[in-house]
Amino acid sequence: MDILNALVAFLNFVFVPGLAYGAQLALGALGVTLIYGILRFSNFAHGDTMAFGTMVTILGTWGLQAAGVSAGPLPTALLALPLGIAVTAALVLGTDRAVYRFYRRQKAAPTILVIVSLGVMFVMNGIVRFIIGVEEIGFTDGERFLITAGDFRNMTGLSEGLAIRTTQAITVVTAVIVVAALFWFLNRTRTGKSMRAFSDNEDLALLSGINPERVVAVTWILAAALATTAGVLYGLDKSFKAFTYFQLLLPIFASAIVGGLGSPIGAIAGGFVIAFSEVTVTYAWKKVATYLLPDALAPDGLVQLMSTDYKFAVSFAILIIVLLFMPTGLFKGKSV
Amino acid sequence: MAEPFLIGENMTGGYGAADILHGCTLAVEKGQIAVIVGPNGAGKSTAMKAVFGMLKLRAGHVRLDGEDITALSPQARVAKGMAFVPQTHNIFTSMTVEENLEMGAFLRRDDIRGTMEQVYGLFPILKQKRRQPAGELSGGQRQQVAVGRALMTQPKVLMLDEPTAGVSPIVMDELFDRIIEVARTGISILMVEQNARQALMIADRGYVLVQGANRFTDTGPALMADPEVRRSFLGG
Amino acid sequence: MNRNLLLFAFVALLFIATGMLQSWNSALGILNMALISAIMALGVNMQWGYAGLFNVGVMGFVALGGLAVVLTAAQPVPGAFAAGGWAILGALALAAATLAAAVAIWRRMRAGWTRTLTLLAVLIGGFFAFRALFDPAVAAIEAINPALTGNIGGLGLPVLLAWPAGGLLAAIAAWAIGKTALGLRSDYLAIATLGIAEIIIAVMKNEDWLARGVKNMISLPRPVPYEVDLQRSAAFVSWAQGWGFDPVTASAIVVKLCYAALFVAVLAIIITLSELALRSPWGRMMRAIRDNEVAAAAMGKNVTRRHLQIFVLGAAVIGIAGAMMTTLDSQLTPGTYNPLRFTFLVWVMVIVGGSGSNWGAVLGGFLIWWLWVMVEPIGLAVMGAVTAGMADGSWLKVHLQDSAAHMRLLTMGLILLIVLRFSPRGLIPGR
Repeated sequence: MDILNALVAFLNFVFVPGLAYGAQLALGALGVTLIYGILRFSNFAHGDTMAFGTMVTILGTWGLQAAGVSAGPLPTALLALPLGIAVTAALVLGTDRAVYRFYRRQKAAPTILVIVSLGVMFVMNGIVRFIIGVEEIGFTDGERFLITAGDFRNMTGLSEGLAIRTTQAITVVTAVIVVAALFWFLNRTRTGKSMRAFSDNEDLALLSGINPERVVAVTWILAAALATTAGVLYGLDKSFKAFTYFQLLLPIFASAIVGGLGSPIGAIAGGFVIAFSEVTVTYAWKKVATYLLPDALAPDGLVQLMSTDYKFAVSFAILIIVLLFMPTGLFKGKSV
Repeated sequence: MAEPFLIGENMTGGYGAADILHGCTLAVEKGQIAVIVGPNGAGKSTAMKAVFGMLKLRAGHVRLDGEDITALSPQARVAKGMAFVPQTHNIFTSMTVEENLEMGAFLRRDDIRGTMEQVYGLFPILKQKRRQPAGELSGGQRQQVAVGRALMTQPKVLMLDEPTAGVSPIVMDELFDRIIEVARTGISILMVEQNARQALMIADRGYVLVQGANRFTDTGPALMADPEVRRSFLGG
Repeated sequence: MNRNLLLFAFVALLFIATGMLQSWNSALGILNMALISAIMALGVNMQWGYAGLFNVGVMGFVALGGLAVVLTAAQPVPGAFAAGGWAILGALALAAATLAAAVAIWRRMRAGWTRTLTLLAVLIGGFFAFRALFDPAVAAIEAINPALTGNIGGLGLPVLLAWPAGGLLAAIAAWAIGKTALGLRSDYLAIATLGIAEIIIAVMKNEDWLARGVKNMISLPRPVPYEVDLQRSAAFVSWAQGWGFDPVTASAIVVKLCYAALFVAVLAIIITLSELALRSPWGRMMRAIRDNEVAAAAMGKNVTRRHLQIFVLGAAVIGIAGAMMTTLDSQLTPGTYNPLRFTFLVWVMVIVGGSGSNWGAVLGGFLIWWLWVMVEPIGLAVMGAVTAGMADGSWLKVHLQDSAAHMRLLTMGLILLIVLRFSPRGLIPGR
């Protein structure tokens, strides 16, 4: 029995990666859930909005790097993030003006809006591929590790190392800041409250003199900011590839639905539920088990419930279970 | 006779091709209560909505304080000093009582605390529950929130669509008392009611609508005394 | 009707122009995939146009059709079935039994701790029993000549049989999906089907025992002669030369024409059946359900059951098309299945063609596939013109020319948005 080493192995391979991934999913799901709450459709273009925002940020990062600007130990991309958010916000506002507003005025059915968002998804995907291509791009720089596995071993004398990458730490810290700011905005400001009112009861919000176009515009800006931040954090933590971002749609939607579509707090909870389930189910527990079990019982297999390639299956299974048994999600979203 | 404060005159219109209202006229004086009663499907709610601009009129006019507002949107009418409490879905269920009131005052840029205290004075229970989500309140309390939200704009006219639907008789009496109190502050009240007897008792003016047109119009007590109205619409 | 004929004539003209300006070989190549796309669009149109079911898992059914080709028509791998085939079948049966038992426990037992614990015990026990049976069997199969096979092998049946088999496989999967997900709201169904499609592809990529995963299955049998055989046949060569054709080109064209004939036959059968179905009382009922579910349910129609029926039928049609496509390629390459190409492009076909209209779906299939192929050369030409004035080797010129290949998605998205905005019922509106 070696509980300490087992714990460190667990933290290193399951908890820390799960936490970072969960934060990324939560930010993505928040964007989806806000759009759903205000505009009342599932935005299939969200993954590609993330890709677009990340692309702009990468271009900005390259520009800064070429100009010799850096953020010291932090990735330069953080400096370029505001640019990414601004350009993405402009893009989604333009899209809303050119595309979605027409259907909003018509009071089109949600399914029609979903199909429209498929068209937007195609266009955004095309723009991203057109500008930056389809290759995998790493754009993190600065200090790689907050603690390396070796340092940790030297410090504690344990045989297991705990490595925390800078990008993982940044992801979690940024996510906390962004979520806190978002909740402050929604619960404390006039505009934020009017968004909640609009999401809660559109007709009554109109009767109260809330301007729907303004609410919609603010929502798009927030969604663009959340999508870009989520995309940049994911890209820093792993890498950027247009197609991967499209595929993130599934876990992001799973998070939003599991938490309850339309509920911001649910989106965060859902993000972590999905992320930790994915990591736990696809992690090979052999190492942890070897520390915990007596030698005679030590497992000879990997003790992996599912191969990593099936991580989609995990989000999907949780999604289906929640939908069947708790159709409005963990935090009572809307089921319009 | 001077023109009433708010009047919807000869209103004709409906949602689709067929008209629901046929030359219907509703009016209310300053600080008075006007009640619309009538059988199911008489177009009571539709007439209210027409006055509030939620329905396109083919003929007729709506005038507020002498000004023709027929062409204005409901939002613009809110800005002009009209407030409307729908029959259902009339509160923000996920928001606290206080936030509901704040949203009622969304168009105002001045200090709203005084108005909020007035609303709390009118409905003391709301002050106790001001941090609770409005969706968790009882039916009667929800109606108080709904009326309170509408009062936050400091309206000159308050329009209520069946404010006592689905609440108990005791709560109903209580609510009517509050409505009289509101009228005493100089706000005109136009409301649709299913509970015709109780509503006509407090009405300065009563309208009996049948098939989208005025059948009887008189003061509340006079209508109550009219044998034909009693027989046909008040159940004897 | 005249307008519809004109539209089809216009699309035919596009293909003929391609043949005359480019080559008949490539025009026929595009035509064959267009025929397959039209069948996929018919399948999606059944689900969406007849019943309003929002299926964005088209790719999964296409891939299952492809898998069916391998399982039915590929040559058997000697010894593979004996090594682990029965064990794998047993394991799969065990997994199904575990799920059935779990469902039964959920339905029969009263809610409470006992039920939760029993359920967990059955599921966890079932999972480990499944792995205990499944893992060694897979290892045994994958050990057989891994460089060439290492999979369970096919039945070695004629490849034409694989087409209905593909439909059947897709139908079975659709039944399982429909049973769980069809009661959900439309956008939940969309997410669910999107997920299922990804999972199907993940399984096909990773379960090497099934169809060799990303190592791909190549040289699958064909229902038509091989080009080289034709070129070796003296009769064919003299026939071709008699007409003044080059034997190599002629052989390629003849092979493509054979495929086209087969595909046209399948398309004709499916569209005849769908048109008959749409006009039958059954079709009227489907439309009634689509237009007003509540009213139809109130009239005593079992809406969920009808939805399941149409979902399975539509998936079967897509599965058949998937099998046809794998047969045309004579290879199965799970790595190339991409939802943009196999799900969303088919949706563009249906929307542009006209939802609810079979002929619309076919027209959309032809038109959009032609565009999908031709946008790239057109984009290159446009880029060539745009960059003509730029200095050779400037980064912008290189970048623009390289990026022309990505014009496709952009164009498809714009077409979809424009049609949705200005002609939401499509080119040939349905009823």
